[in-house]
Amino acid sequence: MDKTISSLAGAVADIPDGASVMIGGFGGSGAPLELIHALIDQGARDLTVINNNAGNGHVGLAALIEQGRVRRLICSFPRSADPTVFNDFYKAGKIELEIVPQGTLAERIRAGGAGIPAFYTPTSYGTDLAEGKPVEEFEGHAYIQERWLKADYALVKAECADPHGNLTYRMAARNFNPIMAMAARRSIVQASRIVPLGGIDPEHVVTPGIFVDAVVEVTNPAQEEVLNREGAVYP
Amino acid sequence: MTDISEIKLTNAQIAWRAAQDIVDGAYVNLGIGFPEMVAQFQPEGRQAIFHTENGVLDFGPAPEPGQEDWDCINAGKKAITVRPGTAFFHHADSFAMVRGGHLDVAILGAFQVAQNGDLANWSTGRGGVPAVGGAMDLVHGAKRVAVVTDHVTRDGQPKLVEQCSFPLTGKGCVTRVYTSLAVIDVEDGHFVLREKLPRISMADLQAVTGATLHTDGGPADLIVPETL
Repeated sequence: MDKTISSLAGAVADIPDGASVMIGGFGGSGAPLELIHALIDQGARDLTVINNNAGNGHVGLAALIEQGRVRRLICSFPRSADPTVFNDFYKAGKIELEIVPQGTLAERIRAGGAGIPAFYTPTSYGTDLAEGKPVEEFEGHAYIQERWLKADYALVKAECADPHGNLTYRMAARNFNPIMAMAARRSIVQASRIVPLGGIDPEHVVTPGIFVDAVVEVTNPAQEEVLNREGAVYP
Repeated sequence: MTDISEIKLTNAQIAWRAAQDIVDGAYVNLGIGFPEMVAQFQPEGRQAIFHTENGVLDFGPAPEPGQEDWDCINAGKKAITVRPGTAFFHHADSFAMVRGGHLDVAILGAFQVAQNGDLANWSTGRGGVPAVGGAMDLVHGAKRVAVVTDHVTRDGQPKLVEQCSFPLTGKGCVTRVYTSLAVIDVEDGHFVLREKLPRISMADLQAVTGATLHTDGGPADLIVPETL
């Protein structure tokens, strides 16, 4: 078994128009910029994107939105240092937004990957974001029902991968990446290093390869924060 | 009437006061912005372990400018550092720590706090782009949910109110409020004044508070260092 793919273009080639795509990252940390840019080059449009944020500056997710590829965004926090792209699209009615509390977003994704269709959480009970959702009392406290979140594809950034798709991450860049890898029908990973089988200590595997479908090596991946400080624009 | 703008505490002084209530070994989440200042004022001999919801426990201070590693950031997307004891984890685990009752204290900012403990701190409801982040999660699960805030808004309106008029972040979640004038607990649906600045009278404090301040014996003096 070998899940490695030699090119970024090849890794994202089959993503169709209208697909739902989970994109890892919290702000720039853990954002798979090279895969996002390959998706821009590939041309798929009318996408539903699930990410914690809504992009920053004019690279990565912001660039995907700026190219008019995203129909609907599910996120917790669309503000950033430079949210111009998202704000302009949102105010012009050119993108739909579903706001989900951050922990609920994470748990909905985890549930999607774990085969749990719904769960109860205290988060957002009694607030505008709980409107229309079932409420139930457990041990004297009110909880609201939330549903799983799944996607057709996940774009994931890892530090190290082996040919079976076992993954490790780097520092806080882990964030949404492991749970998104679980929740997508097809998970596509960019890793800074691909090592032979046995190159990752089994005790250190964070995402077991069963959750991964394709791995492409991107050595020295770009950081959104650095690109934005340089005023970079993609493409 | 006392001019409260002349006697009120600075944000650093409010943060210092909040830090005095964090016990050694506590697991603490500090909200983005002003609440982050609390970390600077840990009393000598105590070590709290700070959690940041993007997935780091027990992180070190900000690096020198130019030394940032942008994979190592906090929930405010500011660069932090690794130190002995640091742990990284994914988002579902991070919010399990939050909702699962594993944090001892969460300290957050506020637009309004109501006497029943309702908190409004995510939206003023005036349009614009909505953004909630982890605010609605952080108010549930921590053993104590404290707020640090100015006692009144910039135009002098009370932030401690009978009922929040802004959209809620959480219902009945706040347990203590550290303001620029006082320390106030939320108990059984009302505000209980624990400490106030010695230079403000009860009447003047009540006048800038939007709900009745109850007392449980006399309030203690709120004493903080003059300079921080």
